[in-house]
Amino acid sequence: MSTPVIRAENIVKKYDDFVAVDGISFDVARGESFGLLGPNGAGKSTTMKMIAAVSTRTSGNLEVLGMDPNTDGPAIRSQLGVVPQEDNLDQELRVRENLITYGRFFGMSHAAVAKRADELLEFAQLTDRAKSKVEPLSGGMKRRLTIARSLMNDPQMLLLDEPTTGLDPQARHILWDRLFRLKEQGTTLVLTTHYMDEAEQLSDRIVVVDKGAIMAEGSPAQLIRQYSSKEVLEVRYGSDKNESVSKSIADVGERQEILPDRILIYSDNGERDLAEITKRGHHPTTSLVRRSSLEDVFLRLTGRSLVE
Amino acid sequence: MTSVADIKADAENTRRWGWWYVAELRLREMRGYVSYVVTSSFANPLMYLLALGIGLANLIPEGIDGVPFLVFVAPALLMSTILTVGAEEGMYPVLSGFKWHKIFFAIHSTPITPGQIVGGFLVHLTIRFTFTAGVFFGFLILFGAVPFASGWVMIPISILGAFSILTPLGAFAARLEDDTGQFALIQRLVVMPMFLFSGTFFPLSRVPDWLEWVGWASPLWHATQLGRTVSYGATEPIWLSVTHLAVLVGYALIGGHFMHRAFATRLTR
Amino acid sequence: MTVTVRASAAVAPKRRFGGMSGGNARAVIERGFRATMSNNYLVVLSGFFEPVLYLLSMGIGLGGIIGAIDVGGASIPYGAYIAPALLAVSAMNGAIYDSTWNVFFKLNFGKLYQTMLLTSLGPLDVAIGEITLALLRGGVYAVGFLIVMQIMGLVLSPLAIVAIPAVILIAAGFASIGMAFTSYMKTFQQMDWLPMVMLPMFLFSATFFPITVYPAAVQIMVQCFPLWHGVELIRMLTTGVVSSMLWVHIGYFVVMLGVGVVVVSRRLRALFLR
Repeated sequence: MSTPVIRAENIVKKYDDFVAVDGISFDVARGESFGLLGPNGAGKSTTMKMIAAVSTRTSGNLEVLGMDPNTDGPAIRSQLGVVPQEDNLDQELRVRENLITYGRFFGMSHAAVAKRADELLEFAQLTDRAKSKVEPLSGGMKRRLTIARSLMNDPQMLLLDEPTTGLDPQARHILWDRLFRLKEQGTTLVLTTHYMDEAEQLSDRIVVVDKGAIMAEGSPAQLIRQYSSKEVLEVRYGSDKNESVSKSIADVGERQEILPDRILIYSDNGERDLAEITKRGHHPTTSLVRRSSLEDVFLRLTGRSLVE
Repeated sequence: MTSVADIKADAENTRRWGWWYVAELRLREMRGYVSYVVTSSFANPLMYLLALGIGLANLIPEGIDGVPFLVFVAPALLMSTILTVGAEEGMYPVLSGFKWHKIFFAIHSTPITPGQIVGGFLVHLTIRFTFTAGVFFGFLILFGAVPFASGWVMIPISILGAFSILTPLGAFAARLEDDTGQFALIQRLVVMPMFLFSGTFFPLSRVPDWLEWVGWASPLWHATQLGRTVSYGATEPIWLSVTHLAVLVGYALIGGHFMHRAFATRLTR
Repeated sequence: MTVTVRASAAVAPKRRFGGMSGGNARAVIERGFRATMSNNYLVVLSGFFEPVLYLLSMGIGLGGIIGAIDVGGASIPYGAYIAPALLAVSAMNGAIYDSTWNVFFKLNFGKLYQTMLLTSLGPLDVAIGEITLALLRGGVYAVGFLIVMQIMGLVLSPLAIVAIPAVILIAAGFASIGMAFTSYMKTFQQMDWLPMVMLPMFLFSATFFPITVYPAAVQIMVQCFPLWHGVELIRMLTTGVVSSMLWVHIGYFVVMLGVGVVVVSRRLRALFLR
């Protein structure tokens, strides 16, 4: 086993009195695809910023590519590609110029950046927009340009903060496809997300973060097996009735979560349980049987839902 | 269930008072920078009067236009201060309402009309300008820079002057997709020259002939000359005073018309 | 799919200044040129006209009324009196704008610096690059302004050529202090107070009239303002009326620059690595 590319031990970040990250530890191996899953404000982005050496940690040990981000920021960043949560493209420059200047920031030669920029425009399917301004691009195009930009220096590791938040389903799938190709090539991916489908699509291993601390760790399948059931039955009776109905069906399934708008029943056979409930005379207004997801894992771990 | 009559009564309220609701919103939004507006309203006249009305006046002991330099320059300082604020308010706040914080779109999704949005915008500024011009006028009195009792008329003149520059700029800003330096260019190539070549610190006749047109085109010159007439009885033919007034009203009305049109177009496209 | 893997394209930088620098401020300057060329060269060009218009207006209009002014025993035409002051003022305004509003905006809204800091650039590269750009621009404006002065016959001494490096020194002093100031600013509202400091300096620092019109106490206060030293320094060089005070003025800006650089380098983390 080679040395991990990231080794975080008990890292803490405080802004005045507010504790954004409260002593989290994890390792990321070379070539691995690693996800930080948690709701908004869980401390994911702050963790990413510390790894990217653009935020100084308050305490704890952090090693990225064998170096300390607090003192070796430029050297670490020379090997990283970073895709921030918000597209911070240079509005004063054209599409291709964005790639060129960014490459120059790494000290690459003019010839190298020109060649690389053209390759990446191709990769990001933006070749025909090379001379366009940034502003009129669609959300998906901006995201792809940001990702292309992060690849200018041919990074060993790519950090993606909420890569597809705010994109329509089609744009998300195009993006996932591009990221999957990078993963196949052996680029280490570290991503944060609050979408479980994204975490499932792109990560080999996930840590669930909440309120600045780690709640659980494992592959998506492991986490679901450990913290949830095979299937989930969702039933709705209307917001004022869910509570009262739940009392008379409390024994159905392995476990239940009563949310304001619906009741979740965890079991290995959702259809069977639905039949049981109906037999007792509680006809739900709507019902749904589905597979367990990371959303359920999160709900189990924190008692709150992921996307609020 | 709300009856149709109730709905119509509510709509009637908005139809009558919509402009005021907008003005009220803008006044509330001022909370973040009201301390700056108040402080600068007091500090600016004090500094300008001390520096130019007293300091620079030392170099011009004989005065200008038959009055001490302080009296000559006072109306110009008041006018240029208010007109400069007017120019600023016609640019970023207008574009911002469409582009960055998009508040005009939010207001327009209620029963309020584009005309009421422009109206409320201008009403709010009238309140703000009245305050700033009033404080400035107070300092002028304190410095003994206004010999005539009719001097207070400078306050409404300055507000008219501010609108005469604000509304054309507002019409322009409302049509602008993005500021890629246009505002800086206007500031440097329109507002600044207007300030420098409009008979502010010296009579317009001192400007080289080939530049005098800047003064004639500039609302600041017209406002300043009117100000001088009411403040110390500067003598000029009556037709000229009427021209000053007509130019200011003309700019404000035509600008207001186009500003309204620009708002209506952008809000409904 | 043409992306090649592990060409190790980026040059790995050595550790400099505790990880604050990637030693590549040049790329920041390059980006500045590109952005200027790409869209706002007109704005940059217009910045040159501001002091020129002031000079035309005040020099010709007021100059016709005021005539000449006594500077250190020599009688100087009013235009030649205010021209160097306007040069110093424009150096101050440009440097302060670039190191405060510009930095604040790019930091908090344009997010440009965040982008730069995702690369192997360090905060020091960004700071040096941006300040250098500002000084280059200021230097070009100064050359242009001196040419206008020469044409208008307001350059009274060959020493005026030294005014170009002097302007750059003044701008560097203001820019370093401006950036230090910005590192403590959190909101737009706080930034709004900046003109409250700039305006009195502009009006009272012997720009349009000698400070001898004030009572002695006020004169001493004005002599503490950096702009007064800037105005006097440039005025000595363009009029040729030089005294030993020259060294005091230069010293003032050297100290100001030194203090600014020390504070900025201490505040780099606070400014960029929040």
